[in-house]
Amino acid sequence: MGFMNLFKHFLGNDWGVHPADHKHPAAAAPTRKLPIPPRLHLMLSQHVGAPSRPVVLVGQKVKKGELIAAAHGNISAPLHASTSGTISAIGEITAPHTSGLPGMAISIDSDGEDAWLDSEPVADPFALSPEEIANRVAAAGVVGLGGATFPSSVKLNLGRRSKIDTLIMNGSECEPYLSCDDRLMRDRAADIVTGIRLMLISTGAQVAKVGIEDNKPEAIAAMQEAAARFDKVSIVPVPARYPMGSDRQLIVELTGREVPSDARAADVGVIVHNVGTAYAVQQAVCLGRPLVSRLMTLNGGAAAMPGNYEVPLGTLISDLVAFTGGLKTSAAKLVMGGPMMGTVLPHLRVPVIKGTSGILLLDAGEAAELEPEACIRCGSCVKACPMGLLPLEMSARIRNDDMDAAVDLGLSDCIACGCCAYVCPSHIPLVQYFYHAKGELSARQRTQLRTEATKKLATQRQERLEREAREKAEAAAKRKAERAAQQAAAAAAAQATTTATVDTVKQGESA
Amino acid sequence: MNSATLAVETIASPHAHGGNSVARTMFRVQMALVPATAFGFWLFGWPAFFLWLLTILSCLGFELLSLKLMGSRRIKGTLWDGSALLTGWLLALTLPPWAPWWVAVIGAFIAIVIGKQVFGGVGQNVFNPAMVARVALLVSFPVPLTQWVTPLPLMSVGAPDFVHGLRIFLTSLPLPDAMASASLLGYTKTEMSRGIDLLNSLAGAHAPAMSWIGARSGSLGESASLLILGGGLYLLVSGIITWHTPLAVLAGLAIPAAIGHAVDPAHYLSVSAHLLSGAAMLGAFFIATDYVTSPNTGSGQIVFGLGVGLLTWIIRSYGGYPEGMAFAVLLMNALTPVIDRFAKPRILGRDRKGKPLDIPENKGA
Repeated sequence: MGFMNLFKHFLGNDWGVHPADHKHPAAAAPTRKLPIPPRLHLMLSQHVGAPSRPVVLVGQKVKKGELIAAAHGNISAPLHASTSGTISAIGEITAPHTSGLPGMAISIDSDGEDAWLDSEPVADPFALSPEEIANRVAAAGVVGLGGATFPSSVKLNLGRRSKIDTLIMNGSECEPYLSCDDRLMRDRAADIVTGIRLMLISTGAQVAKVGIEDNKPEAIAAMQEAAARFDKVSIVPVPARYPMGSDRQLIVELTGREVPSDARAADVGVIVHNVGTAYAVQQAVCLGRPLVSRLMTLNGGAAAMPGNYEVPLGTLISDLVAFTGGLKTSAAKLVMGGPMMGTVLPHLRVPVIKGTSGILLLDAGEAAELEPEACIRCGSCVKACPMGLLPLEMSARIRNDDMDAAVDLGLSDCIACGCCAYVCPSHIPLVQYFYHAKGELSARQRTQLRTEATKKLATQRQERLEREAREKAEAAAKRKAERAAQQAAAAAAAQATTTATVDTVKQGESA
Repeated sequence: MNSATLAVETIASPHAHGGNSVARTMFRVQMALVPATAFGFWLFGWPAFFLWLLTILSCLGFELLSLKLMGSRRIKGTLWDGSALLTGWLLALTLPPWAPWWVAVIGAFIAIVIGKQVFGGVGQNVFNPAMVARVALLVSFPVPLTQWVTPLPLMSVGAPDFVHGLRIFLTSLPLPDAMASASLLGYTKTEMSRGIDLLNSLAGAHAPAMSWIGARSGSLGESASLLILGGGLYLLVSGIITWHTPLAVLAGLAIPAAIGHAVDPAHYLSVSAHLLSGAAMLGAFFIATDYVTSPNTGSGQIVFGLGVGLLTWIIRSYGGYPEGMAFAVLLMNALTPVIDRFAKPRILGRDRKGKPLDIPENKGA
């Protein structure tokens, strides 16, 4: 801990935690490429936004990189075949999610040739217009590869529209166990910098700042060397501290700007992208290659060969594990992503998606369940919370089902980073409380919307019925009035006749 | 590879833990108390040891009884998390070293049953259990709670041996005059009430020695102020407590003491007398820092600590009791929920009032 950190520590200004990183020896091992498995399953929904729509038929032959599902709606991403072969099925398979529920996927039987679709590389990618770069990124199905999987082109366009000045590249990789970004920066620094320069053009930002945690000296050195010739791209080592890779924290660290609670990063003039995304952008724009594979970390006590692997999208995790020599011991817990924010997977037969930064096969020791005890109000969670929240107070409210009070305490600002639960001496699953409360709130919101919609319909029906009744009554009244008028007219006519007769009689009498 | 071998638990992230636990925290606090306690045993002999032991055992006993009566599902874990043991330990340190056995038992009952379990057990109590017991004992049994014994180091002539110590502890005979003494705070308060001001009383032949190394009369954990301070610094360095509370308590006590002493040395004790007497050190580092009953933000802890220090000085200087730390802590405990309500950390992206920050008009400025 440096002097500044020590000082901040005593001021109580040291948000976050310093978990044991477990990045070695996986980070040091050279990247290995997974051979193409016999069958791949590409989930239609592996990005934020609407699922993509299949544009292929079962039995159709596809080349690697060929479009198999198109983007659907403004926020969506297309999907491409990750190897050459035959479409064998379009149907449901288990989604890589804790619930174990199925999701739609396109299955491809590999023909073993792994033949790319012909594509013409761009002669000078830097001559492309900002819109053109964004369009190519969109067409290549590039999404945020840090795990958020937000369609990258949408963010590039947003940056240009909101006139941002700084592009922040997230190379902090603060999650323990994961080292795929580290590996990528060491091995493909030049390509990443090219991707960053393209993103600078596309977003219209003046400078790019690449934040890399200071526990990755090799990555920092490689990136500094690659970026040395470009003034606009600067490499900034940041202190290793979880969650440095959270966008709001990284923005403060690199620019000193604070994103208002109800605003987006673009509102303060910055956009955050992951370094892995920059590499995908370079591949898409310079080589015309869509996103069909990704670098990911396999790690954990039960992993026989921990390391970083280039894996075709749609590979079953069981195939990856089998290729790497199976399990060393039985895996007590299977996690997709890092240990701090990753999701538990139901079993190994789920496919790799664009957001899979890592697979952790945790052994019994790492996955030990700790029995929750009573909160002793030690305040460790308050000190650890990078957002300045009071996790202990919020969880107490949620336990009493007082969701409104929890919202008043800032529940909506919670980024679910897990620092609070990580430091809690009473082992209270605080994040679980917050997920529960957020789910409860959104369910409540949906119910409210439904109630409002029902109420609106009911009011409309009531109005319609009233209007109809009124119209009916009016029509009846009108008819009645008409009838009355007719009768009156008839009566008047009869009267006139009678009068006339009488007059005649009178006249006759008087005559 | 067999996926059926995976017994995966569905539970939210994180899937890692820092390794801290309640028991570990409590154990570290107890370790920090060891030097001062050992010094107390040496200074006051076997009766002090028996008092300490029985207070702790009674606390554990009452905790077990309460958990059983309440039908707790987690008796063993809660009993051995160290919280009841620590309460007993702290209570023992605030008692006169030769206090009789029943003081320990009644004190433990008040601390654990009335001070803690009635509120719902660990983490739920509003007031510091040890201080509740200490104050209840002082108010109910003023005589045994204010009988201070002259320091009689363990190996010195006239010090009670094991058996004699046990007899003193179990029979609660009045102290022989030769062994009775007064603490500094008690002595000056008594003299002041007799119209003798500090300048004269402290110069008198019977004035208690004000020793920095701690060989003087007082409660079991009072004498060794510097050892308590050392233990407190260990807690600071190991991250169990932060600097906010102890510094604020000591400042809240020292600042008015310095002013008072400068203005009127005949009526106000000096800063060092205040800081080294009574429960000042123990209170600042071990009592006021109690997690459960103190605010949970740094700014809140500063307000809380200053309040404790200031109230202690006021009670010592103007109140009827010579020592005021326990009262001050309890009063501030009652204010903790209020302090917590106002001293909240600022949420990132919001102002102090919780409103989202304004979106800057001029980006990048």
